Amino acid sequence: MTLSILIWLPLAISLVAGLAVPRALIGRVTALGSLITVGIAISFVVRFKIGHAGLQFVTDTVWISALGIHYKLGLDGLNVVLVLLTAVLFSTSLIYASFKEWDRPRIFYLWFGLAEAGVLGAFCAQDLALFVAFFDLMLIPFYFLIGMWGTGERIRATTKLVVYTLVGSFFMLVGAIATGVLASSQNGTGLTFVLSSLQHLPLSHASQEWIFLCFAVAFLVKMPLAPFHGWLADGYKSMPIPAVAVFSGILSKVAAYGFLRIVLPLFPYATVHFQTLMLLIALVSIMWGTSLAFTTDDSRLVVAYSSVAQLSFITLGIFSLRSQGAQGAILQMVNHALVTAPLFFIVAALAARAGGSEKLRDMGGIAFRAPVLASLFLIVALATLAMPGSSNFVGEFLILLGVFKSKLAIAAIAFAGVVGAAVYALRVFIRSMHNRVGPNVASREIGFADAVAIVPIVLVILALAFYPQFVLRRSEASVKSTVAATQPVTVAAR
Amino acid sequence: MTLLLAAAHIKGPHIDWSSFSPFLTLTVGSLVVLMVGLLRAAFVRERVVPLLSLLTLGAAIAFEIARFHHHRQIISGALAVDDLALVLDLIFSVSAIAAVILSWRGPAAQEAGHGEYHALLLLSVLGMAVLVSAQNLVTLFIGIELLSIPLYVLCATHMRREGSLESGFKYLVIGSVGSATLVYGLAMVYGATGSTDFSGIAAKLSQGTFGSGVLGDPLLLTGIAFVVVGFAFKASVAPFHQWTPDVYEGAPTPITGFMATATKAAALGVFLRFFDVAVVSAQDTWAPLISAIAAITIIVGNVGALGQSSLKRLLGYSGVAQAGYMLAGVVVGTQLGIQATVLYLAVYLLMNMAAFAVIVAQQHQLGEAGDDTASLAGLGARRPWLAWPMTISMLALAGIPGTVGFIGKFQLIHALVSGDYTWLAIVLVIGSMISLAYYLRVVAMMWMRSRPAPAGVGGLAPIAGGSPEADSEPSEWPGLATAVPQPEVALVAGVFAAAAVFFGIVPSPLFHLAAHAGHAISGLF
Repeated sequence: MTLSILIWLPLAISLVAGLAVPRALIGRVTALGSLITVGIAISFVVRFKIGHAGLQFVTDTVWISALGIHYKLGLDGLNVVLVLLTAVLFSTSLIYASFKEWDRPRIFYLWFGLAEAGVLGAFCAQDLALFVAFFDLMLIPFYFLIGMWGTGERIRATTKLVVYTLVGSFFMLVGAIATGVLASSQNGTGLTFVLSSLQHLPLSHASQEWIFLCFAVAFLVKMPLAPFHGWLADGYKSMPIPAVAVFSGILSKVAAYGFLRIVLPLFPYATVHFQTLMLLIALVSIMWGTSLAFTTDDSRLVVAYSSVAQLSFITLGIFSLRSQGAQGAILQMVNHALVTAPLFFIVAALAARAGGSEKLRDMGGIAFRAPVLASLFLIVALATLAMPGSSNFVGEFLILLGVFKSKLAIAAIAFAGVVGAAVYALRVFIRSMHNRVGPNVASREIGFADAVAIVPIVLVILALAFYPQFVLRRSEASVKSTVAATQPVTVAAR
Repeated sequence: MTLLLAAAHIKGPHIDWSSFSPFLTLTVGSLVVLMVGLLRAAFVRERVVPLLSLLTLGAAIAFEIARFHHHRQIISGALAVDDLALVLDLIFSVSAIAAVILSWRGPAAQEAGHGEYHALLLLSVLGMAVLVSAQNLVTLFIGIELLSIPLYVLCATHMRREGSLESGFKYLVIGSVGSATLVYGLAMVYGATGSTDFSGIAAKLSQGTFGSGVLGDPLLLTGIAFVVVGFAFKASVAPFHQWTPDVYEGAPTPITGFMATATKAAALGVFLRFFDVAVVSAQDTWAPLISAIAAITIIVGNVGALGQSSLKRLLGYSGVAQAGYMLAGVVVGTQLGIQATVLYLAVYLLMNMAAFAVIVAQQHQLGEAGDDTASLAGLGARRPWLAWPMTISMLALAGIPGTVGFIGKFQLIHALVSGDYTWLAIVLVIGSMISLAYYLRVVAMMWMRSRPAPAGVGGLAPIAGGSPEADSEPSEWPGLATAVPQPEVALVAGVFAAAAVFFGIVPSPLFHLAAHAGHAISGLF
């Protein structure tokens, strides 16, 4: 069982379902098929050998020999859990989607399948050019998902989103090609884009600096962090719910993962050089996202802006350049994905009970007749604000620990963000679930369609709260070796 | 009688028939097609003539493939039949095949006469083949005229439409100015170097007999500048591109597709021949000039395309921008640069031809209004077999991975970065960013906007723009049910789009071709 099967299976399922299955059943078949993907992903996690820093399950064939580009896939501690997470979240979203009616369902599920293939490919890719290709490819389905099935000003929103992210990607493309070309010319070897080879071909400091900036722009736009988040509000507002769940849950993580997979090992000098800048951007972004999240009246945007703050925390952890920080970042990627997806489902459920409005002022008093929905929401909300006892608490704690060790002042300010998270998460919960009953609110208990999507994820959140080691043990060895790449530079800088 | 006897005794020069075969096929084919087109039977004119044209082009392709790896100089070194020429010939032939199929049941060939139309098309392909094989200034000029003159006529073949005549006339006037400038420049280059052969010019330049380098010789410098201008007219490179959108819009769509892909390939082919062979040792002199032109072209083309509502104009401006990308490959002046340019030319053919085929299908159904981007509204739901090729074509032009466009841009940027032209790579990338806006607009139109109400004549009038026929058209979407289906047009669109995806995933064959084409030009590293 190779990783290729895992990557391309979702696309194959949606293609076959689109061609062979009657319209009414496509959603169900695709959703069931996605469970097979989850099964395969679980089998990889089970067979994954803990404690090894190197790659496992490697597939390596030449893709474009003229350019030294390989089709190389592999799992290590950085991506093994994220691959499972991707399969789980896409499956959840597909299950959620299969209970809804979609116009032109064949194409809808085709784009979903392509998106999942793209994300899995980006996580597994061990070749720089292949990573760039998957990174761009996974965006295209969302262009159509928003544009064809979105709401409101969908075309404007989707164009904005795609142009923003592809502009970042083009910078990354130049950076990636320059990495390959300069690494081979500065070291006098043949052209290669394979990550493991590039790691042994150090770049000059000047080259590292500008290439680092190219990659940073691409990743920061994709996450997004504060000055690069122009597409966020419109994009998230217009996206259909299953799409926004995976987009916010998974696609943003590919960017954060890219820092760990590519930037730290390949540009260690530049990483240290720009560490403070990145930490400051993350810090500003935490403040920015948090303050927007507790001022906006739109429940969906609260979740969206909270994602900005959470991803800023993840960036903070990565650029602490300490293994605790990076470990916490990976754990927090998993945690955030697990809370953000159900939050979007819940927002949709709340809107359905508040006369179709996602505004907080139109909600209120929903808990009264929907105790199960309310308790699910409460669990997710408490996880979002990193309640002690939740896995999010562990993640944020590790991140802050890492930052404390490297930059004390920044960690001290970042703590304010933790407090802010409590404010916005509780605000959204109280204003929607309690308070005075809104004018158009017709509350009812959570339906089966919503429950099958939300309940499993909530169970995973609870399980992870008891055993965050599930993630940490697997990532530890790889994270240490990744962060270690920047350590000699740090020491030399002193 | 004595004369005949004398002639029998004269021993003709050796003729390398096998290397000559692609040229000969096209010449004979065009003559045969012209003659057969004179026959009266409609069956012969409308079926046999296009078929003969296809056979000619097919035979030409077969000969081109057969001559691969046989580098020969023919006609006393006037033409080189090497892999660079053959790869470009393949591009011309494939493009012409698509043009023949697309115009089969179209109005242009009908009105101009099938025989003339197809003969001119074949002659134009012959001109391109001569041009990219040319090894001296004279054959170069013959090639460029042989390619241009049939095109002037072909642009005007849709005779009942004012726009087509305007297009042909405009192209004739501007093309002539370009040719005149070119021949003036060629004469100056000859005057300065005393040689018409590319190799002779190159030898003269590398001798360094020009006092303080080439810069010291104003005659040569002016000559090169004039040649650049002449080529720039043909390749629609800014600031000599203004004719492009007008001519593209007016010409019959199959011809526009042919011009956009094949003419561009020919013009860039001759750019490669002239600058990377003949005057390559003066690279320090011309590289700043051409790299500036390339950068301007990229920006002008992409910005120009932003506001276009006509698809052909949009593709015209996009073609201007792409010419800039490919010119960047010429500027680098390395093996890699040539390979990247040739690769991009092949890629460019696949991406564009699919789009032009879709426009042909749209125009077949809607008349001239089919050229408007608004006519694509809701195409994804109505005619998905056209919407998908168009979508793939647009995404490929935008450089999305999984399509050939990504591979082409990747290789160009690679060549630029390796050749220390990183700034030009950045310009290329900025151009691509701008281009997203208009390519995605077309995609959004097809999939995300619903079709205007079928009865909405009022909704259609602004779409029709200045076209009087469409405005006076009383019916809504004319002939929605009555138009003869044209499966061959959809087939062309589908095949080229499928190829654009296939070679995006399995690009090695294209790299292989490009590498061979690059090795044909020796002396570069």
